[in-house]
Amino acid sequence: MVENNKDNFSFNQEKYDFKDAEKYVYKTTKGLSREVVEEISRQKKEPKWMLDIRLKALDVFLKKPTPLWGGDLSSLDYDSYTYYIKPSEKKSENWEEIPENIKKTFDKLGVPEAERKFLAGLGAQYESEMVYHSIREDLAKKGVIFLDTESGLREYPELFREYFTKLVPIEDNKFAALNTACWSGGSFIYIPKGVEIDIPLQAYFRINSERMGQFERTIIVADEGAKLHYIEGCTAPQYSTLSLHTGVIEIFVRKNAKVRYTTIQNWARNIYNLVTQRSMVEEGGSMEWVDGNLGSKLTMKYPAIYLIGDNAKGKILSITFATEAQHQDAGGKIIHKGKNTSSSIVSKSISRFSGRCSYRGLVKILKGATGVKSSVKCDALMLDEKSRSDTYPTMQVEEEDAVISHEATVGKISDDVIHYIMSRGIKESDAQAMVVMGFIEQFAKELPMEYAVELNRLIQLEMEGSVG
Amino acid sequence: MNALSIKSLKSSVEEKTILNGVDLELPEGEIHIIMGPNGSGKSTLANTLMGHPKYKNIEGEALLFGEDLLSMKVDERARKGLFLAFQYPVEIEGVALGHFLYSALSARSESGEKKDPKKILQFRNSLKDSLSILDLSQDFINRSLNVGASGGEKKRLEVAQIMTLKPKVVLLDEIDSGLDIDSSKLVAKAIKDMRKDKISALIITHYPRIIDYLEPEKVHIMAQGKIICSRGIELAHDLEKKGYDWVLKECCGENGDIDG
Ligand SMILES: Nc1ncnc2c1ncn2[C@@H]1O[C@H](COP(=O)(O)OP(=O)(O)OP(=O)(O)O)[C@@H](O)[C@H]1O
Ligand SMILES: [Mg+2]
Repeated sequence: MVENNKDNFSFNQEKYDFKDAEKYVYKTTKGLSREVVEEISRQKKEPKWMLDIRLKALDVFLKKPTPLWGGDLSSLDYDSYTYYIKPSEKKSENWEEIPENIKKTFDKLGVPEAERKFLAGLGAQYESEMVYHSIREDLAKKGVIFLDTESGLREYPELFREYFTKLVPIEDNKFAALNTACWSGGSFIYIPKGVEIDIPLQAYFRINSERMGQFERTIIVADEGAKLHYIEGCTAPQYSTLSLHTGVIEIFVRKNAKVRYTTIQNWARNIYNLVTQRSMVEEGGSMEWVDGNLGSKLTMKYPAIYLIGDNAKGKILSITFATEAQHQDAGGKIIHKGKNTSSSIVSKSISRFSGRCSYRGLVKILKGATGVKSSVKCDALMLDEKSRSDTYPTMQVEEEDAVISHEATVGKISDDVIHYIMSRGIKESDAQAMVVMGFIEQFAKELPMEYAVELNRLIQLEMEGSVG
Repeated sequence: MNALSIKSLKSSVEEKTILNGVDLELPEGEIHIIMGPNGSGKSTLANTLMGHPKYKNIEGEALLFGEDLLSMKVDERARKGLFLAFQYPVEIEGVALGHFLYSALSARSESGEKKDPKKILQFRNSLKDSLSILDLSQDFINRSLNVGASGGEKKRLEVAQIMTLKPKVVLLDEIDSGLDIDSSKLVAKAIKDMRKDKISALIITHYPRIIDYLEPEKVHIMAQGKIICSRGIELAHDLEKKGYDWVLKECCGENGDIDG
């Protein structure tokens, strides 16, 4: 029933696909070298220790081979990127002070409006730097820190150093090393003991330039009993050449704290999205990664949770959507170290028009972690014959009393279901969108309403192109 | 005006001809019954009329209020007022009945009343009423469509859909199969009440009980892909007493040759 209509293969890119004239106050020369890294550090007026870490990371990056086990990275040409573009002289807490072209961009994307309507705080990154960062006054008064990462380093050097690279060490992987060498932007968040933030904080990442690398670094610390929901959105215009987005996110969930991190990336189809997301959960704490991957050329992203304290909980909810020339290689990693820890991974993938979705997951139960419960559920929906879906689940269990379940299904949309829906008067493309939305309902219902509505709209638009 | 007018309709499933030339007229506001042995093509007729892609029309015509039904897309047929209560309703994971029906209702009105909160409230209330008339839990509104519903609940949910969408012509494929005594009374009563709104119905059934209750204008017997006999309500009773063999003889001559 699904026809291959090549002219219409993208998620409503129109909304995101506009380019600004390249205006910047500074940018490094193309390619990555010791000089470039030193220049980034100089521009940021960093302490020496940070520069040392950057240079060490650069060495690691240069030494480590490009991984071959995931997506195809063969056309990634590290010398062709610009690693640092400073879009404006200063970061602001006021939209009026932001350079006109950048402000317009975020206006078009509806970012300030979202902030007014349903966010407790917002950061907006353009190219390499956060240009805007602001948090509701009452939260600031309670001691909540919500800053761009550079300001975090400058204003809270001790706190910063305590956490930076502690979860994602330099040697972890080639791209984490790359990020550590040239990180710029991202958020630094600290929620004090017992402070619960009920409405989300959000960061929005925008790449405008062609062949640019964006390397935000985010650190989140939720102190004992604190609660936070953080949302990340990402877009870029479509160029014919490839850009690179390599973020690193480290999240520390202290005793009885709760963090949910939601990403909906809708990067343009020319972006390599290679992100390392990791979190550590102490006793009784809870971490949730809600991860939606719709855009990019290739995404490799496996949010990880280390359940180190007893009774800690972890949940990874992931949807991927791959269409023509896209590969979403996603999944999750959960390591159980504490006793009576529990985890669940739910992965839903949709592929069409030769798109490819891979699930890559690891559940590891360490010696001593007794009373563990874990469930993994992977469902794949393929909308045509040419699409591809594969799963690479790994389980390593060192305690015998663990209760583990694993389920995987692969399916197509049945003609009977489409017929049934249409027989009530609903047109074919809407019927398909309805089934797809139903398929990812578990994911969508975890999103704030505004995002669920947007997701619904995107999928509806996508399906419209598929029916003749 | 005929709600449905079917002439020499032939159709096939997977290259196999099942309907061998069906003729049937359903005047507006009437209720007609179709009975017939298992495998005689009753569901095939319903599915062909609704336009299931597996059921290919080979010959003949079907008109809905004088309009060519077979050239319309499935959703268009529905928007023109046709409704099929399926013999085996499908389950749809993650799609709530309430959302599903509201989308169906919105698809009917061009004006895009989708987001009008007053309309949504009205809709919710009327769906709640329908469910309670059919002795179904209100939980069904937010549950995935038909998922985990019992056989009898699924049938009643089909009827609840009719009550909400208010179609003009309904095809009911064994709506009374698998219902307990109380439920079948509720369903029969709900259908009878639709008569007030001048609904036209083609009801496929194996059971005389619903026939007696509904007082249909006509009873048709289908065998081997054809309507072989059309009479009043007494035909259903004769059938129950004497069996299909008798009907075949009675309707098609001594040797029961239905091709003759
Ligand atoms: N989807 C299908 N695929 C294959 N064969 C089919 C399909 N639908 C119907 N048939 C065949 O067509 C013939 C008529 O089937 P149909 O379902 O129309 O019978 P019916 O009169 O509704 O019977 P019942 O009283 O058992 O419901 C049968 O031989 C059946 O096997
Ligand atoms: Mg049947």
